[in-house]
Amino acid sequence: MESGHIVKSFDDELNQLHGIIAEMGGLCEQQLALAIDALVKRDRLQAERVIRSDKQIDRLEEEVDNLAISILALRQPMAEDLRSVIAGLKTASNLERIGDYAKNIAKRSEALTQSEQLGNATGTIQRMGNLVQGMIKNVLDAYLEGDGDKAEDVRARDEEVDLLHTSLFRELLTYMMESPGTITPCTHLLFIAKNIERMGDHATNIAEYVHFRVHGHPPGEARQKGDGSSTMVVEPMGN
Amino acid sequence: MVNPMKDMTTEEHPAPLLHAVAQGVPIKISARGVCVSYGDKQALFDIDLDIPERKVTALIGPSGCGKSTFIRCLNRMNDVIENCHVSGVIDMDGVNILDKKVDAVGLRARVGMVFQKPNPFPKSIYENVAYGPKIHGLASNKKDMDAIVGKSLSRAGLWDEVKDRLHSPGTGLSGGQQQRLCIARAIAVRPQVILMDEPCSALDPIATAKIEELIDELKEKFTIVMVTHSMQQAARVSQATAYFHLGQLVEKGDTKKVFTSPDDERTQAYITGRIG
Repeated sequence: MESGHIVKSFDDELNQLHGIIAEMGGLCEQQLALAIDALVKRDRLQAERVIRSDKQIDRLEEEVDNLAISILALRQPMAEDLRSVIAGLKTASNLERIGDYAKNIAKRSEALTQSEQLGNATGTIQRMGNLVQGMIKNVLDAYLEGDGDKAEDVRARDEEVDLLHTSLFRELLTYMMESPGTITPCTHLLFIAKNIERMGDHATNIAEYVHFRVHGHPPGEARQKGDGSSTMVVEPMGN
Repeated sequence: MVNPMKDMTTEEHPAPLLHAVAQGVPIKISARGVCVSYGDKQALFDIDLDIPERKVTALIGPSGCGKSTFIRCLNRMNDVIENCHVSGVIDMDGVNILDKKVDAVGLRARVGMVFQKPNPFPKSIYENVAYGPKIHGLASNKKDMDAIVGKSLSRAGLWDEVKDRLHSPGTGLSGGQQQRLCIARAIAVRPQVILMDEPCSALDPIATAKIEELIDELKEKFTIVMVTHSMQQAARVSQATAYFHLGQLVEKGDTKKVFTSPDDERTQAYITGRIG
């Protein structure tokens, strides 16, 4: 991005920090893809692998914390360097949360292995998952390249995830009203969808840190939000 | 020279030049178009800078950038350098202090200075502090003088350490104490502005911390301008920061802003330790 520090080991440490975050981001993408795949294929073993792998993300977050604290204490970074370390810390904690959500999806997909597929719900979840996976990938690219525009683009895409979530919420409520036997799988699916929606929110948080890192201030404009599920009421049929 | 201010606001002098007030903070000193050259070599180019009243303003920049040259303009220390030519306007309380009609000695009573290396006079601690008030006629008797010396040493955070040996030589103090003695000497003549040219560069971290704490307290009463090579120090003690580079003022602003997201790439390169 710019010329290096006079003290080269400072550059090495910053690169190391970004390297760990890149690795965390890669793992998060993979965990999300595998968790949804386990859900679609009703694959219990794969779900278990996802649950186990989450520890690796947690370990990496710890590494980021330790390195960032040591950089703050020993290098006393200023300006872009300071923003870079702070953005790194916050990004890692958001990635860690994304990892947790993937793990939770895997757990719920284990619980769903016994149940039938419900309409197009899994398909919608897959679409949401693909979208969010793309957001995580692009926001990480934006982070590593210090590209504010790319980050802005990720922020804009969260609305689409929110809209899908809202429509899925409506669909699942309808199934539950039609047949109380679907309440267990539908509830799990609702939480899975909510998890993916939250992952999208974390990706947009990271996009905001990239903006802060590049421009020196948080993005000003409030982004469009499309999630209407929190206020939705579906009237029982026949009323 | 009972009231140096009075001499400077006679009718011969022009009306107030600038009453720039940035973000509601009153401006103590306003420099406009200040150029300085040493013989053929120009050291400062067209500097415009407002120094907020009763705040600490840090001047930072690489060696030879002109920050010390600039601070020396503020009490006309450059007058004594042969071949040094200063132009432009430095407005302080409505008077252009660069005007030759302004008495430099009176100006220096209002604009005190503390240097990089502590330089107490080879006299007692008491006499070091009393010297300025004596020549400026600020005390009419011994009692007044004792009060000025006591107050100045207290303000400089040195009183408790030296009250039992006021008549021992100032040079017998530790480096940090000597620097605080120099600050006491500077504030004894009741200046409005204190200039500090790298006041801590010869001190250990503890003595540095004491001076920084002192600067923080002094800003309640005085306008402080300091040159420092330590970015951390500038960040710790100042409220406004100006970055000089090759004789130009590249960036000025709120210290928090300059150190978290400077506008100019040269500032960024300097404060993050990159090759500019």
